[in-house]
Amino acid sequence: MTYQFQFGAVFARAELLIDGFLLTLQLTVLTGLIGLILGLSCAVIRTYGPRPARMAVATYVEIFRNTPFLVQLFLIFFGIPEIGKTFGLRWLPSPYMAGLAALSVNIGAYATEIIRAGLQSVHRSQVEAAESLGLTRWQVIRYVILPPALRNVYPALSSEFILLMLGTSVVSVISVEELTGTANLIQSETYRTFETYALIWVIYFALALVLKGILDAIAARFIGRQKPPPAAAGAAHA
Amino acid sequence: MSALAVSGVSKRFGSLQVLRDINLSLEKGQMLALIGRSGSGKSTLLRCMNGLERIDAGHITIGGHALSYAPAALRRLRQDVGIVFQAYNLFPHLTVGRNIMLAPRLVLRWPSARAEARAREVLATVGLSEKFDAYPNQLSGGQQQRVAIARSLAMAPQVMLFDEVTSALDPELTGEVLITMENLARSGMTMVLVTHEMSFARSIAHIVAFMHDGRIHEIAPAKDLFARPRTEELRRFLSSTL
Repeated sequence: MTYQFQFGAVFARAELLIDGFLLTLQLTVLTGLIGLILGLSCAVIRTYGPRPARMAVATYVEIFRNTPFLVQLFLIFFGIPEIGKTFGLRWLPSPYMAGLAALSVNIGAYATEIIRAGLQSVHRSQVEAAESLGLTRWQVIRYVILPPALRNVYPALSSEFILLMLGTSVVSVISVEELTGTANLIQSETYRTFETYALIWVIYFALALVLKGILDAIAARFIGRQKPPPAAAGAAHA
Repeated sequence: MSALAVSGVSKRFGSLQVLRDINLSLEKGQMLALIGRSGSGKSTLLRCMNGLERIDAGHITIGGHALSYAPAALRRLRQDVGIVFQAYNLFPHLTVGRNIMLAPRLVLRWPSARAEARAREVLATVGLSEKFDAYPNQLSGGQQQRVAIARSLAMAPQVMLFDEVTSALDPELTGEVLITMENLARSGMTMVLVTHEMSFARSIAHIVAFMHDGRIHEIAPAKDLFARPRTEELRRFLSSTL
């Protein structure tokens, strides 16, 4: 017995695949940006904010890091409109909007924890030096703590970004027609199941490599010029 | 008016009383050296002077400011009171020039060009003009500490505090930092330093205070204190360090 590979039927629908690919890319970039902004704000609040705000952020982070993404997605897409209805709100998110929202709050929770670790990696003595020069609390965070903190966690953030890109595939279950959603469609029309999924499997892999290359190039451009600073400022003797 | 007045200052860390009824005053342009064993409270006293540690009782007036912990008042005080730390605490992600320019730009709101001119001026004062574009981790410990002094100096403080600034340095690097501090003293800067460099304290400081068990055990003009210690504790301390 031999299996006849027939990629032709799949390639015939290349336009669909390209649309799906572009939507995956769009979801990844938008979610990455929103997640980064969310993570940055929440990490700063979680570390330096007033106690009630710290608690609120901690709750958000723990809830989204300790529940399955698929269930979060269903809650946002199916659950929230139901609750809204009982309050007379007729809000029905499109699959795309629900997917974008679920991915963003999910990645935001992970980014918060990563960036928070970075903030904590900046030694207390740095803060003392800056405060002793008369900087305000916000100036200390903005100019003294955040730059080295983000530099320290850049590798963790960039691998999280790749995971996010791969994770966008899950939103196909609420019929967002990104790459995986498109593939589901194509294989149901062509019955070329293996060929379809093998093809997008390769596309995801290639995209991951390209994204990693871009992220590494950014690191080399903005971070690589200088060796990572020694953990303790006092340890350097040339 | 004195540049520094400390009266009735006490402080405890939990159940440990680290400062007991400290009284001090220092005239403008003078140098006060705080000496004593580890744990005697000298670093804590210094850190209280710019509000890095809170005092439980007493008053401190420094550089024309009464110490208060209201954030805006404390920032104004700190603009006029520089501090240099044992571990330099330079900002590792900024070049030497930007380390020095940061506070003039953000705190004094100087335009970039003026802050840069000031940074170059103070770097020349500590003899490191050529290091403007270097990063801290490209410098030796002694050079980093001189940059830290320049960074404080850029704010044109009324008083400068030095917290064991040569203790982290290899012996061959302490000299360049001490010379920088000596020049600063000669230029008329009011300085308070916590130090283990007894010969420096003896030859450069105007007043030396020996701290023991959270108190100022003896305080006198430098030459008298070292030549004629009045208490057994100071005699023992001096014989153990010299």
